[in-house]
Amino acid sequence: MDGIHDMGGMDGFGKVEPEPNEPPFHAAWEGRVLAMQRAMGYAGAWQIDMSRFAQERLPPQVYITASYYQRWALAMERNLVERGYADAEELAAGHALRPAKPLKRKLTTDVVRQGMTRGSFYRQAQAPARFKPGDRVRTKNIHPPTHTRLPRYARGRLGVVQLVHGCHAFPDTVAIDKGDNPQWLYTVVFEGTELWGAEADPTLKVSIDAFEPYLDPA
Amino acid sequence: MAEHDHDHDHQHGSELSETQLRVRALETVLTEKGYIDPAALDAIIEAYETKVGPHNGARVVAKAWSDPAFRRDLLADASKAVSALGHESRVGDHLVAVENTPALHNMIVCTLCSCYPWEVLGLPPVWYKSAPYRSRAVKDPRGVLADFGVSLPKDTEIRVWDSTAETRFLVLPMRPPGTDGWSEERLARLVTRDSMIGTGLAKRPEEVA
Repeated sequence: MDGIHDMGGMDGFGKVEPEPNEPPFHAAWEGRVLAMQRAMGYAGAWQIDMSRFAQERLPPQVYITASYYQRWALAMERNLVERGYADAEELAAGHALRPAKPLKRKLTTDVVRQGMTRGSFYRQAQAPARFKPGDRVRTKNIHPPTHTRLPRYARGRLGVVQLVHGCHAFPDTVAIDKGDNPQWLYTVVFEGTELWGAEADPTLKVSIDAFEPYLDPA
Repeated sequence: MAEHDHDHDHQHGSELSETQLRVRALETVLTEKGYIDPAALDAIIEAYETKVGPHNGARVVAKAWSDPAFRRDLLADASKAVSALGHESRVGDHLVAVENTPALHNMIVCTLCSCYPWEVLGLPPVWYKSAPYRSRAVKDPRGVLADFGVSLPKDTEIRVWDSTAETRFLVLPMRPPGTDGWSEERLARLVTRDSMIGTGLAKRPEEVA
């Protein structure tokens, strides 16, 4: 979706302001949110692109003013309700009012290491890779109303395949419960001038990781 | 919670922010439903506070500077090379290391959310997740570098990697001059988090003297 989350190339947000000696968390609740997200992911309640899509669907004014972990919490509430793990009344009450929906497993102290290990996104290829390093490709000009990982600034642009990362679960279908739909994944490099016009920094090159359905031969 | 951006704990007294109350309610519901174990949450938080951090990545970089075979393995398959070192938060399948040279400077961003190589760098800093960085890194990376006090030669190629899939990137910064014969432990002290994101350079020896 063409949402506020797709920020690449936007102007007006000002300087980047690093914080010296930044702590891991700025408040205790941030750690609780992060850990709950990990635990629910381990339990199989939803996948990461479902969390991303839930954030993207927040109203733009909420997305842009909420902090990172606030967005996580809001997205988690949305996924809990939409997927039937809790309802709005329970979240408002701060107590379980109805029976739980079964989950495949639970993150307990003896499996914390497993809970912190990233899962693999590799999937069995359904067809040979269409592109190889060095191939010229053009990204599609697509504007799906749902989750996609093709950023706006890189749509309809001419690039070159640099790396082939194997076949991965496809976020565009995972996020809307339409399955892994495995797709080849490539690093595609663009000249800065291709993305930003003749006035762009001539020394700039930008790459995205693009799933095969985002690409046409060029 | 978004209307009232109370992003800080009220450390004293009994006043709790809207966000704190809301997160507490969330945890209580999930616990009562049997979905989560609060003790496991404690362990995860402790790991991110004490064990998983940029020191993991610094060790990888220092080893790559010292050991040509490891450097080659890292650049060929970073997941495999880093897994062999055995970090607390084991690295996933999709880590890619990219090497800075005098002619090429790499910088990592995630414009769509805030993807970051947690296993080797720990939790991302607030600036990495912020709108200014996510919006500008792909369009004006030299301007972003200037915000960090970094200036590169005019003809250095700047390569920005937008982390739009589950691939994660780690920058292998250039080894500073004047460090011949240093041990890996000593070299690791030169490797900053920002140098592994590409918004900084490794420290010079005199900076850690």
